[in-house]
Amino acid sequence: MKRSLLAFAVALGAVALSPAAATAHRAWLLPSDTVLSGADPWVGVDAAISNTLFHADHNAMRLDAVMITAPDGARVLPENVGQARYRATFDVHLRQPGTYKIANVMQGASARFRIDGEERMWRGAAKDLAAAVPAGATDVRRTESLNRVETFVTRGAPTRTVFALTNAGLELAPITHPNDLAAGETARFRLLLDGRPAGGLKVTVAPGGARYRDDPAETEIAADAEGVIAITWPAAGMYWLNAAQRDLPGAAPGAVRNVQYTAVLQVLP
Amino acid sequence: MRSFSLAAVFAGLAVPAAWADDLTVTFEVPRLRTAEYHAPYVAIWIERADQTSAGTLAVLYDVAAPNNAGAEWLKDLRTWWRKAGRDMTLPADGLSGATRPPGRHTMTFDGARSALRTLPPGAYTLAVEAARELGGREVVRAPFMWGAPGAAATATGASELGVVSVVVASSR
Repeated sequence: MKRSLLAFAVALGAVALSPAAATAHRAWLLPSDTVLSGADPWVGVDAAISNTLFHADHNAMRLDAVMITAPDGARVLPENVGQARYRATFDVHLRQPGTYKIANVMQGASARFRIDGEERMWRGAAKDLAAAVPAGATDVRRTESLNRVETFVTRGAPTRTVFALTNAGLELAPITHPNDLAAGETARFRLLLDGRPAGGLKVTVAPGGARYRDDPAETEIAADAEGVIAITWPAAGMYWLNAAQRDLPGAAPGAVRNVQYTAVLQVLP
Repeated sequence: MRSFSLAAVFAGLAVPAAWADDLTVTFEVPRLRTAEYHAPYVAIWIERADQTSAGTLAVLYDVAAPNNAGAEWLKDLRTWWRKAGRDMTLPADGLSGATRPPGRHTMTFDGARSALRTLPPGAYTLAVEAARELGGREVVRAPFMWGAPGAAATATGASELGVVSVVVASSR
């Protein structure tokens, strides 16, 4: 009895953690500034998964997979890292001029199945997914996920080296530089799925400060056939840009793949 | 087509070489009654008809701060920073200087030096931007015709700048 209750609880947890439920919560890396001058600037970054943009009201982001790339391609380590309940924080020291990418790429796999009358959940690396489900399991659902959360900051003149693509999952190929955004202007970005233009992809653009408005003021923009979206910024501020593709064919037999891309972009007056 | 006709106009006028002229800029830093006043950072630059920068004439900031620490706030001159500043290295000889107190300030830029030396004759806009710590930011623009000395053009700011005027003067 106790064991089956536990199994039930695990199953509930699995439902709560499934990507469908997770999309209600929004992941973000929010930099204190994105356009910097001087020889020795720092930025502070808040990292959270919240309901309201950009108010840390739900969970801190785990920083294990945070990768900061300098303009010359070197990896920069986050400094002054702190893990609070609702948000994690870290600093980035911009020792080089140019554009940095701050990213958290969460890659993994899960399997949900029923065996011996119980619902089970497995989580791990995508390479172990094929072997994760025991023989005799029923109601099997294998999911691979690649969830990329990014932001960009620039010291001095913007550079483009950090936009190099991996051709895996959803990625942003900026046409307009993401640290060169101004209210009233139109920015263009190309979104790629596995390196190919994500034509027709629906992209959510949501401004921060949602707590102080009744209207969330979000827009959904469809990418054209070349995967390009055009956004005319109505006002200065921090914006959350997000797109997801679900139930793509996975690498493991019978697996589906969910991919997601998120960026936080600053628009200046 | 447009540049062709402009060139024809100047050929017809047989204007002297542009370097013979100077550009005199006057700008007013308003006196503001605030609890904590800091003189604004000011950038003065030239814009082409398409609003791109044709050169920076002056950047007035906290040049005396140790380790060029004042450069940390140059990005607050947002318009200039985006058009020109972020591609420059400051301090720079002949460009950077100390901030100016409230009052009317006149700066004359030598046509044989500075960004004016290589500026082709034609219609431009002079832009003055001021950004103040614990205060606001404002850009004021006034037109001038490089290569054609004439009357001053003026424009007036509403918050961080007062009257701005620009005049092309023959230095001969």
